[in-house]
Amino acid sequence: MPFEANGKTFETDEEGYMVDLGSWEPECATVMAALEDQPLTEAHWEVLNFLREYYDEYQIAPAVRVLTKAIGKKLGKDKGNSKYLYELFPYGPGKQACKYAGLPKPTGCV
Amino acid sequence: MSTLHTVNKSPFERDSLSSCIRLAAKGHSILLIEDGALGAMAGTDHSDMVAGVMKDVSVYVLGPDLAARGMSEDRIIDGIQVVDYSGFVELTAKHDTCQSWL
Amino acid sequence: MATKKFMFINRKAPYGTVYALESLEVVLIGAAFEQDVSLAFIGDGVYQIAKGQSTDGIGMKNFSPTYKALGDYEITKLYVEKESLEARGLTLDDLMPLVWEDEDDDYAEKPSIRLVSSAELAEVFDDQDVVLSF
Repeated sequence: MPFEANGKTFETDEEGYMVDLGSWEPECATVMAALEDQPLTEAHWEVLNFLREYYDEYQIAPAVRVLTKAIGKKLGKDKGNSKYLYELFPYGPGKQACKYAGLPKPTGCV
Repeated sequence: MSTLHTVNKSPFERDSLSSCIRLAAKGHSILLIEDGALGAMAGTDHSDMVAGVMKDVSVYVLGPDLAARGMSEDRIIDGIQVVDYSGFVELTAKHDTCQSWL
Repeated sequence: MATKKFMFINRKAPYGTVYALESLEVVLIGAAFEQDVSLAFIGDGVYQIAKGQSTDGIGMKNFSPTYKALGDYEITKLYVEKESLEARGLTLDDLMPLVWEDEDDDYAEKPSIRLVSSAELAEVFDDQDVVLSF
């Protein structure tokens, strides 16, 4: 389902992931999250921004296990655990956060 | 009749380039594209074979295919000319026929 | 589930065929199973981890940065066959400096690439439970 943000239309695949990763802008995350009744706090943005940086560097969406470990290293052990990340993104930190961040579905995510 | 030969297979993997070099006639041109671009590199097991044909045949390589594979234009065999896509088109237009060594 | 030794052999140059990318995707997906995974780069496969790849001109995605993420996936053994490099006029300096971070050693970066001879690599292959060739 395509969605609208900043007056532009963005295409998504059948699971809601953006087709054109390069066209992502922060407003896209806000709109996609609102469509799923998910408010985005500072803590959410911290993860989304981390994912954007990870994708820029490695050209993949990290598996949840990798994301958890990397967040722990970057943002501290209190955030680098499944409990913290699942509280922020109840549909799964990989699937849900990657979607809002305009990344593809994580490789190896079932 | 002038012919442009294109080779898109790595010389390490297939014999496309060696067959092409063996059978290209004097005055023909060879353009290395895709994985075939690897055949343009100096200092490999096949460099001498390529350099050897260059007295009779002009050899070209497609620059974007070199760049994609991380191969520097500074390290190609002396005398091989780097072309871009419009150069590819010009070569095609300049020759009577084009033979693809797939 | 007992841990098995998996070896992925990479034999093709990137971009010309889809083997390199397919192998990388299988490796990343397989990492979820937490097995003992090694990769080998032989023949034209050594070009997959060549430094300085730039695909802007060919309109394909440059997936070489993804090899840098292998360490995060606990894949830390990347064997490169010396003879294959030499036949192509390449040295270790022409490859990306791939490393992994050792959590137990204050995240010290350690090299993932192991330059081995054909004879040494044959022994590594012989020691595997599962070998997949791309």
